[in-house]
Amino acid sequence: MTAASLDTTARSSAERGALARARLLRGLLPALSLALVLLAIAWLNPRAISYFGFSLMLNLAIPIALATIAQMFVIAGNELDLSIGTFVGFVGCVTATWLKDAPLIGVAILLGSIGIYALLGALIHLRNLPSIVVTLGMSFVWQGLAILVLPKPGGKAPDWLLAIMSFKPPFIPFPIIAALLIGLVVHFGLMRTSYGVILRGSGGNPAALKRAGWSLLKTKIVLFALAGLFGVLSGMALIGITTSADANIGNGYTLLAIAGVILGGGEFVGGRVSPIGAVIGALTLALAASPLLTFMHIPPDWQVAANGAILIIVLAARVLISRRER
Amino acid sequence: MPEANADIIRLNGAEKHFGAVRALGGVDFHVRPGECVGLVGHNGAGKSTLMHMVAGTLVPDSGKIGVHGGSEDNYSVSRAQKLGIRCVFQELSLCPNLSVAENTRINHASLSGLGWRRKAAALITAKLDEIFPDHGISAWDIVGDLSIGRRQMVEVARAFTVTQDRLDLVILDEPTSSLDAHTSGQLLAFVRRFVAGGKSCILISHVLGEVLKNADRIVVMRDGKVVVADAANAFDRDRLVTAMGGAEARQKIAAAIAAAKPAASPLRVRARPAAQKDGADLVARAGEIIGLAGLAGHGQTDLLLAIFAAASRARTGIEVTAPVALVAGDRQSDGIFPQWSIAQNIGIRSLARLRNGLLISPRREAELAEAWQKKIGIRTPDMNNNIFSLSGGNQQKALFARALGSDAEIVLMDDPMRGVDIGTKLEVYDLVREEAGRGRTFLWYTTETEELDNCDHVYVFKNGRIVANLGRDELTEEKIIQSSFGDAA
Repeated sequence: MTAASLDTTARSSAERGALARARLLRGLLPALSLALVLLAIAWLNPRAISYFGFSLMLNLAIPIALATIAQMFVIAGNELDLSIGTFVGFVGCVTATWLKDAPLIGVAILLGSIGIYALLGALIHLRNLPSIVVTLGMSFVWQGLAILVLPKPGGKAPDWLLAIMSFKPPFIPFPIIAALLIGLVVHFGLMRTSYGVILRGSGGNPAALKRAGWSLLKTKIVLFALAGLFGVLSGMALIGITTSADANIGNGYTLLAIAGVILGGGEFVGGRVSPIGAVIGALTLALAASPLLTFMHIPPDWQVAANGAILIIVLAARVLISRRER
Repeated sequence: MPEANADIIRLNGAEKHFGAVRALGGVDFHVRPGECVGLVGHNGAGKSTLMHMVAGTLVPDSGKIGVHGGSEDNYSVSRAQKLGIRCVFQELSLCPNLSVAENTRINHASLSGLGWRRKAAALITAKLDEIFPDHGISAWDIVGDLSIGRRQMVEVARAFTVTQDRLDLVILDEPTSSLDAHTSGQLLAFVRRFVAGGKSCILISHVLGEVLKNADRIVVMRDGKVVVADAANAFDRDRLVTAMGGAEARQKIAAAIAAAKPAASPLRVRARPAAQKDGADLVARAGEIIGLAGLAGHGQTDLLLAIFAAASRARTGIEVTAPVALVAGDRQSDGIFPQWSIAQNIGIRSLARLRNGLLISPRREAELAEAWQKKIGIRTPDMNNNIFSLSGGNQQKALFARALGSDAEIVLMDDPMRGVDIGTKLEVYDLVREEAGRGRTFLWYTTETEELDNCDHVYVFKNGRIVANLGRDELTEEKIIQSSFGDAA
């Protein structure tokens, strides 16, 4: 009898070893795709692999990474935010105008907008509304507000923001340090703290969480507020780089952010997300988006389509790996 | 108002209505310290509703709840937990995306601050070691990667972990439905130790033998009311079944099967498990009911899936000569289309016959569904309702209707009766035998030894191999256990 149970244990641990390997492979996929894109760039243009090259190529990666993290919080709770792009644009317009001219009002507006995000979370939970519909509606609200704040392109980033974003640390380019920092901080907060477990659990099995006495209203509010917070950081970082704003500046971020989360190993439902993966996904997209395609001499007209093709290839590889997992 | 009783919980005249349906009609129920109360009844008898009230997830429309002698006016889940009452619900309530340790944290608000992961891991590992000594589960395993049996082990162990709050009463709703005989035994032995230590348990199970053997007192429910409550040793199997309003005892099954079958009917399936080294084959002929037995997860499901795949694409070692249908065991993840109606869920296996030109004919779909509703007794006012409007047992009936209503001559059953009440089971057994009499072949994997009584032949599996082939006459529980645990042949 003991022999039989020992046997079972050995067999199943081998089985789970295989599962763990498949999961590791899936965990490494974002890093592998990033390495692949980097190799391609190095091969096409060796000079790009340098301190200066990385600083240039990854410049826009920071706001994309922040927006991706914002989207990841929403996806962790089984929702989707279609307004994050226009929200980043709105924040950008506020940053380039109010935050510079009247910092107190600017800060109040930005904090208020995070509050609106939190309220959206409450609304979606209380009225049981589909988040896609609510955030799609909000995307037009943010866009309209952005145009009200800044009817035509212009404005100027506050000097302190410019100083931060043009910071040049020795040896390692700033975008890389920033990406590492974002990834690690969010990883710790969401994957390691005890409340992070509750937040992810609310995506994994909400009914179980409710039965254990946790408030799903609170988790949804917290997740949306965090999305708002990182959306604000993304908009500010973007303006720190571009120095001036435009109401349409963030429109592309909605889909980039969703793609970044999925590329980084997240899933649309089930609370399976990875902050570090999401940041890597965002870096991959940022590099694949323009530097790689420019080096490949693909005309700008075709770059969006080429970008989509890269996404399909990477996501297909992910599906193949997850299939092996079963 | 402290009354002079030491009951852990007492419900007086609890009533609950869901819309027009009366789920509970004035139930009195209580649990004393140091006793294991067995709760039995058909699906829909009100057991779950009653337990939801004890656990605080449902509030009664009327009636009183008292805990530890004090009256509770605002009883809720968190209040129940503070008072030491926990529940292991029938549907698994773990988060599949989290690790075992993280799932433990969800039930213990006090597991926080620095080092909480280590504490949670130590807590759950110690409890798993105590209940299931050779469990083979790591605290860092992601729950979604564990087999359904192991998930149930984690769920049960988690309910017994203690941090700040006291623990007096654990409700176990079908705790052994996904466990094999070995781990079920471990769990029930632990429950006895737990009760001997002065704590209490409520044990809900459709395996009546488990309840008879382990409960001190048995409460029988029917139609939202308690019909009998008495000491366990005052019951035997027949009295329980009669009290539940169940069908006649199962002895007649044996007689019905004994009816002679044509000996040389055509071959339907010949299959050899991938891990089989000797020449043993699984052979099934038309009109036969073949049982697949052994401990859970020893290759029975794998072989069924291989046979299912072989029906559409030839595979070495497996010969299949007729269309195949599969009745899944994990109906939530493998069986049901959650967004579809009952009729659509039944019709999906027979689309070719339901077609009218390029489109599905709603009329034929409805006819098929209605025919099977009558035949198999699916209890619903309208077959166009969502499949989730049905109780668990009736959902499973719909899956049987899907397989039996199709053109399949071979029906594979992957432990489909898990967590189904005895009334439904007996109905389905009858149906299976009737269909077998018409020449259909059934391959039936089951973890409940009693169900093997329905089979003509039983193959016992161990480590992905067939280790024994027992005919009807040599079939006993001891033989099966012996083969499951013995050295592989």
